[in-house]
Amino acid sequence: MREIDVGIITKEIERLCIEANYYLPQDVKKALEDAVEKEESPLGKEIIIDILSNEEIARKKLMPICQDTGLAVVFLELGQDVRVVGGDLYEAINEGVRRGYINGYLRKSCVDDPFMERKNTGDNTPAIIHTTIVKGDKIKITLAPKGGGSENMSALAMLKPSDGVEGIKKFVLETVDKAGSNPCPPIIVGIGIGGTIEMTTLIAKKALLRTIGEYNPNPVVAKFEKELLKEINKLGIGPQGFGGRITALAVHIETFPAHIASMPVAINIQCHAARHKETII
Amino acid sequence: MTKIVNTPLTDDAINDLCAGDRVLLNGIIYTGRDAAHKRLVGMIQNGQELPMDIKGQIIYYVGPCPAKPGQVIGSAGPTTSGRMDAYADILMDSGLKGMIGKGLRSKKVVDSIIKNNGVYFAAIGGAGALLAEAIREAEVIAFHDLGPEAIYRLRVENFPVTVVIDNKGNDLYKIGREKYRIG
Repeated sequence: MREIDVGIITKEIERLCIEANYYLPQDVKKALEDAVEKEESPLGKEIIIDILSNEEIARKKLMPICQDTGLAVVFLELGQDVRVVGGDLYEAINEGVRRGYINGYLRKSCVDDPFMERKNTGDNTPAIIHTTIVKGDKIKITLAPKGGGSENMSALAMLKPSDGVEGIKKFVLETVDKAGSNPCPPIIVGIGIGGTIEMTTLIAKKALLRTIGEYNPNPVVAKFEKELLKEINKLGIGPQGFGGRITALAVHIETFPAHIASMPVAINIQCHAARHKETII
Repeated sequence: MTKIVNTPLTDDAINDLCAGDRVLLNGIIYTGRDAAHKRLVGMIQNGQELPMDIKGQIIYYVGPCPAKPGQVIGSAGPTTSGRMDAYADILMDSGLKGMIGKGLRSKKVVDSIIKNNGVYFAAIGGAGALLAEAIREAEVIAFHDLGPEAIYRLRVENFPVTVVIDNKGNDLYKIGREKYRIG
């Protein structure tokens, strides 16, 4: 049994909060650079160039890419041969978020109750923590700050199995079309299909962590991802919704077995500031 | 083409703006988002004086990051404007001329823009670091207790925005989409 002290986890979470918010992942940057070439709208092209300049300013000046530094979503893959010592694991994660958001000059965007007073918690806690137990003696932590603008445009549908591929396509296109300029396009579309209501939304979110340019290992699903991307980019929304060809940079689908009666579909929309950072302890 | 516009906005300046124009703003603008709007509109409805004179002014829908030592302001990009739709017409009826945000507006807001000879600009959502560069001074002038949602007075230099809804009600989100939509 390998022992890992919670203090290390707190320090790593603090670092990940700051780095995830200051540095855009390379694959997203590459996708935006490709989008400059592909975009036909002159205004759309200028917008993507500005988005790339923003990435450079944030990186060089060590400041957040976007002022919405999000809720801190933490994916924890906990090796079953690890024993966490020295304190409470989730409290250690929240302490890391607290330190990261305060010491990194990140915006605190969390309110303590969702529909009454909506008072800011002041330190961006609590984190949204998803834990999976895996083989091995390591802990993998992925920190993905999630902004409100794109999250608000996400959607869930409990489709009928008879709705089929066409039903899924219709729901995806309607959701992206309705979102329009709100989620800061170009966007990344994470889609979960199958499972139960909570599983389908969770896999939709996990789909957003996949590197752009990688497809679902199932060739049928991969083909559907490419088809949906093509259809979404026919909508004409374009960068920032000003009109253009590049509405989405990628479509990522994750699937899970479903009940014989169900075909749930979740769409989690991610803005172009697709931030996530991971570490293995 | 890019136009240079100074604040406060004059009717002449607004008459010259068309949906799709890129604009560099110079002068004073104010910030405000959900909670500040709720309070401002409450004050108007109760006949109270507002913490700033909004005649001819622009409100920027933003909740910035905290400034690091030596910085004027932290990252400061726009938030989704639709959440302010319930309040925008009341502020425009009281003299507000411009709004900066991102995303769709309701018909009520578009009608109010036409009626009050106003304008709706979009700044690039997710370009908070780039936009912060154009902010030269920042001071909280009201509602300190709201933290990132407090009202700031900002002095901006060549702050880059795009006209989305002009005073004739032309909407770049509709025009642009129709132009590039396939099928």
